Amino acid sequence: MIPSGFEYHKATSIADAIAKLRDNEDAKLLAGGHSLLPMMKLRFSEAPYLVDINGIDGLKGISIDGDTITIGAMTTESELIRSDILQQYCPLLVEAAKLVADPQVRNRGTIGGDVAHGDPGNDHPAVMLALDAQLVIHGPDGERTIPANGFFLGTYWTALEEFEILVAIKVPALKSGTGHGYNKLKRKTGDYAVAGSAVVVEMNGDIVRDIRIGLTNVAPMAIRAEAAEDLIRGKRIDDVLLKSVEKAIVEVCDPAVDLRGDEEYKSHMAAIMARRSIIQAIENAKE
Amino acid sequence: MAKQAVSFTLNGKTVDVLVEPRELLIHTLRENLNHTGAHIGCETSHCGVCTVDVDGESVKSCTLLTVQAAGSDVKSVEGMASADGLHVIQQAFVDEHGLQCGFCTPGMLMRAYRFLQENPDPSDEEIRWGMSGNLCRCTGYQNIIEAVKTAAKNLQQA
Repeated sequence: MIPSGFEYHKATSIADAIAKLRDNEDAKLLAGGHSLLPMMKLRFSEAPYLVDINGIDGLKGISIDGDTITIGAMTTESELIRSDILQQYCPLLVEAAKLVADPQVRNRGTIGGDVAHGDPGNDHPAVMLALDAQLVIHGPDGERTIPANGFFLGTYWTALEEFEILVAIKVPALKSGTGHGYNKLKRKTGDYAVAGSAVVVEMNGDIVRDIRIGLTNVAPMAIRAEAAEDLIRGKRIDDVLLKSVEKAIVEVCDPAVDLRGDEEYKSHMAAIMARRSIIQAIENAKE
Repeated sequence: MAKQAVSFTLNGKTVDVLVEPRELLIHTLRENLNHTGAHIGCETSHCGVCTVDVDGESVKSCTLLTVQAAGSDVKSVEGMASADGLHVIQQAFVDEHGLQCGFCTPGMLMRAYRFLQENPDPSDEEIRWGMSGNLCRCTGYQNIIEAVKTAAKNLQQA
């Protein structure tokens, strides 16, 4: 399988990439290419012009400044896994990256591509929601930073405007009393989630002071389970509460039916993944 | 679409090709450069039979445009054996019967080649995780794991 023909440009800078997007109708960005190129080969997607943003130095790397970790959008999944900064200050991203695809794909696939592609099956969007990440975006009118919460609008549909590029992701460093968890049910290594859930909790002793629950692949886009969060906030977790949380999660799910399961099964699995992530996050917060 | 001139290193030798931007590295290797060791399986970056080494990382060459490989150092399974005989990893696959039909073997070998440099002394669990991007439709995984283990041992002694 070969994609239909296109022109190819290797961008030399972010400004160059934005200019090429603007000047070439229906041009697309090529990041890691491990979602876009298979879609183009299967002719699900066509692009007359590809702007390759591999090789722009400023788009790669992980740094920490005070309480904020900044991750360049073109940082690969393998680089996330190898990062000492993330291992120490945001292990949730490392755990989630390990569950993305397989080693070869992780060598090419990027966190920015995973987030900006808008595929509800991608793992990072729910993680971004749970972490309350900020997305740094460059466009023809300059730079803007927006919260991940509200970025995911539908399947292959995000808040990115025409000619804009996601250039970096900012996530808070893990604070004392904060815990993370990500659980993903998949049929086999490399598959998208049947259902997944990323959870971040802030504890005050045994009381959950704040919680964010992100869900993977159980709606047209990654979503927050806000009703479930409301049930937990300010409470101590027990089995009775977790049962009502599971119910609230099933209710918020609206999964597409496919070979991974029907609506009832996927929604139920989302609740189980969330339950596991909540318990894991609370355990992690104690350490 | 105008063809583009692309140069890269393949198994230590510089190669020059003229390709359309849409041409994938696996096709350039097989059809243009007659390196048919890397195979074409699923073509959607799942199966790993097209795995080659690009700049020191395992890459599925069905999902990399040849134009993206410009200036890269590419190593394929043809570069493994030398005048002295099979590479230690290849010999381990022979010794442990790490192949049945052989279709997945070039990808398995190239992935093992890079994986054992990333992790020279892996546990069984780490081998399974490190080789998880390569599928064997004969399901001969057990002996493949054994072959990688034997290769790790022999490479350390070499």
